[in-house]
Amino acid sequence: MTRENLINLILAMLLLAVPVAANWLGQPFYVTLATRVAILALAATGLNLALGLGGLVSFGHAAFFGLGGYVAGILASHGFSGEPLVFGFSGTNQMWVIWPVAVVLAGLVGLAIGAISLRTSGVYFIMITLAFAQMVYYFAVSWPAYGGEDGLSILVRNQFPGVMTMRPMSFFLICYVILLTGIGLFAVIRASRFGSALQAARQNEVRVATVGIQPYRIRLTGFIVSAMMTGLAGALFADLNRFVSPSMLSWHMSGELIVLIILGGTGRLFGPLAGAALYVAFEYALGGITERWQFFLGLILLLVVLFARGGLLGLLAGRARHG
Amino acid sequence: MADAVLEISGLVKNFGALRATDGVTLDLRPGEIHALIGPNGAGKSTLIHQICGTLRQDSGMIRFAGQDIGGLGVAQRARLGLGRTFQVSSLAPDFSALRNVMLAVQAKQGSSFRFFKPVMRDKGLIDAAMTILERVGLAARARVPAAELSHGERRQLEIAMALALQSKAFLLDEPMAGMGPEGSKSLTRFLDTLRHEAPILLVEHDMDAVFALADRISVLVYGRIIATGTVEEIRSDPAVRTAYLGDHA
Repeated sequence: MTRENLINLILAMLLLAVPVAANWLGQPFYVTLATRVAILALAATGLNLALGLGGLVSFGHAAFFGLGGYVAGILASHGFSGEPLVFGFSGTNQMWVIWPVAVVLAGLVGLAIGAISLRTSGVYFIMITLAFAQMVYYFAVSWPAYGGEDGLSILVRNQFPGVMTMRPMSFFLICYVILLTGIGLFAVIRASRFGSALQAARQNEVRVATVGIQPYRIRLTGFIVSAMMTGLAGALFADLNRFVSPSMLSWHMSGELIVLIILGGTGRLFGPLAGAALYVAFEYALGGITERWQFFLGLILLLVVLFARGGLLGLLAGRARHG
Repeated sequence: MADAVLEISGLVKNFGALRATDGVTLDLRPGEIHALIGPNGAGKSTLIHQICGTLRQDSGMIRFAGQDIGGLGVAQRARLGLGRTFQVSSLAPDFSALRNVMLAVQAKQGSSFRFFKPVMRDKGLIDAAMTILERVGLAARARVPAAELSHGERRQLEIAMALALQSKAFLLDEPMAGMGPEGSKSLTRFLDTLRHEAPILLVEHDMDAVFALADRISVLVYGRIIATGTVEEIRSDPAVRTAYLGDHA
C-alpha cells in the first residue's frame, strides 16, 4: 500500500470513528459536524473533477450546490403542502427521488453554463462562471414563491426507506456512504481514458488537440459530471440544515469550495475530505474563540499557498504521481 | 505527378501590413521527404501553423488526403491523419512517456469517452504504446515523467506520439533542433526509414540532415517559395545561394 492510500484510509476511518464515538458519548452535535464535513467534502470532490483534474477554476460551483439544495427544499415543500409542481406531480419527501432530480438538473445547468464558459479560459473562465452563479443567486433572491431572500425551511427532514433520517447518526451514515461513492467515482474517472484526456487537457491543451482529441468536448463533459456531484451534495446540505437559502448560491460558497480543495490538495483523491475536515475544525475551534476566525483561516491559506502547494495531502503523502 | 497527400496552393496570411505567407504553393507526395528551408523569419512557422489549423489562412487552399481541410480545427485535422511535432516540445509534462503515447493511441482509437476501465490496467493500450516507444528507442524511459526527460528524449517522444496516430503525413518542425551530433545522426537514420510509412514535410535548419534526407527541397524567403527542386537543383540555384545558403553549399 502506498503512503497516500494509507493516509486516505486513515482519513476515511477517522471521519467514521469521530461521529460513532460522539454518538456513543451522547454528543450529537459532533455527529452533525461530521455530517457537514462529509457533505462539503462531496461538493468539493465534485469541483475537484473540474478544478483538480481538468484545471478548470470554476468560481461558480455554488450555483450547482444551491440548485441541489433548492431541489430538496422545493420538492419537500410541495410534498408537504400537496400543491402540484409540474405535470400534476406534487413534490416528494423521498430522498431517492430528490437525489436524481438534483443530479439531473445540476447536470443540465452545468451543460448550459459550461458550454458558454468553456469557450474562454484563465481569468475569463473564472469571471464568467462567477457571473453565471451570481445570476442564479439573484434569481433566487428575487423569486418570492420559495422564500426569496429569507430562504425555505424543510419542516421534517426528507425520508429514505428503512432509515430514520431525523436521527443524526443515520443521516450521517447516508452522507458518508454517498461521499465514499463519490470519491470512488472520482478515482474511477481519473484512472479512465476520459480521465487521461481531461488531465492531459489541463497540462497541455495544444498537445491534446494535436493527437486529435477536442479539448472542449472533454472539458465540457468533465464540467457536467462535476456539477452533478456538487448538486447532489447541495441536496444533502439542505436536508442537513433543514433549510435552504440563497446563501448556498452565493460566491462565498463557491470560494469556500475552492479553499477546501487548496487546503486539502488540488487533484488529490482525498484532498477535498482533508480540506473539509480542516475547514470545519477551524470554523468550530477558532469560531468558539473569536468571531474573526476567518482571518486566521486566511493566514493558514496563505501559508499553504506559499509553502505547501500540495495542501495537506501534499505535506503528508508527498507529490502526486501520474503513472 | 502522383496524387499528392498534402496540397497547398496560393496560401496567403497577413499580420497587419506584414505578409507572412505570400502565395505559397507546395505539395507532399507519397513516400517522399520534402524539406522546407529558409532563413529565420521567412514564415516557416506561420506556414506550419496554417497547415495544422492553429492559424487560419486569409486565402488559398489546403487539401489533405483528398479533402479541403482549410476550415477544420486542429483536432479534426489530426483525426484525418496529420501528425506533427513541435519546434519546442509540446507534451503532457506530468504524464510519463508511456502515458503520453497511450493518450495518442486512445485518441487514434477514438475512445476518449470511456469512463470506467483504468488505463494503467489496459494491457492492449499499454502494449500498443510500448511497441511504439521501443521503435523510437525510449522503452527504457517509459515510466519517466515527460518533464524529466532530456531534450532529445522529448523529441523522440513527440515522434512516438505522431507514430501512434498512424498518420498519413508527418509534419516535423525542426526535429533536430538542440540535438547533439550523435542524436542528429540517429534521428536522421530513423527519419530515413519513416518516409516509407508516410511522407514527411520537414522544416529543418540542419543542412546536413536536409541534404541527406530530402527528396525535394523548397526554399521559403519572406513568405514566398523562391525555389523547389531536388537537392542538386537547390544547391546550384543561384537565387537560393544568395538568399540563404551562403557559402555552406
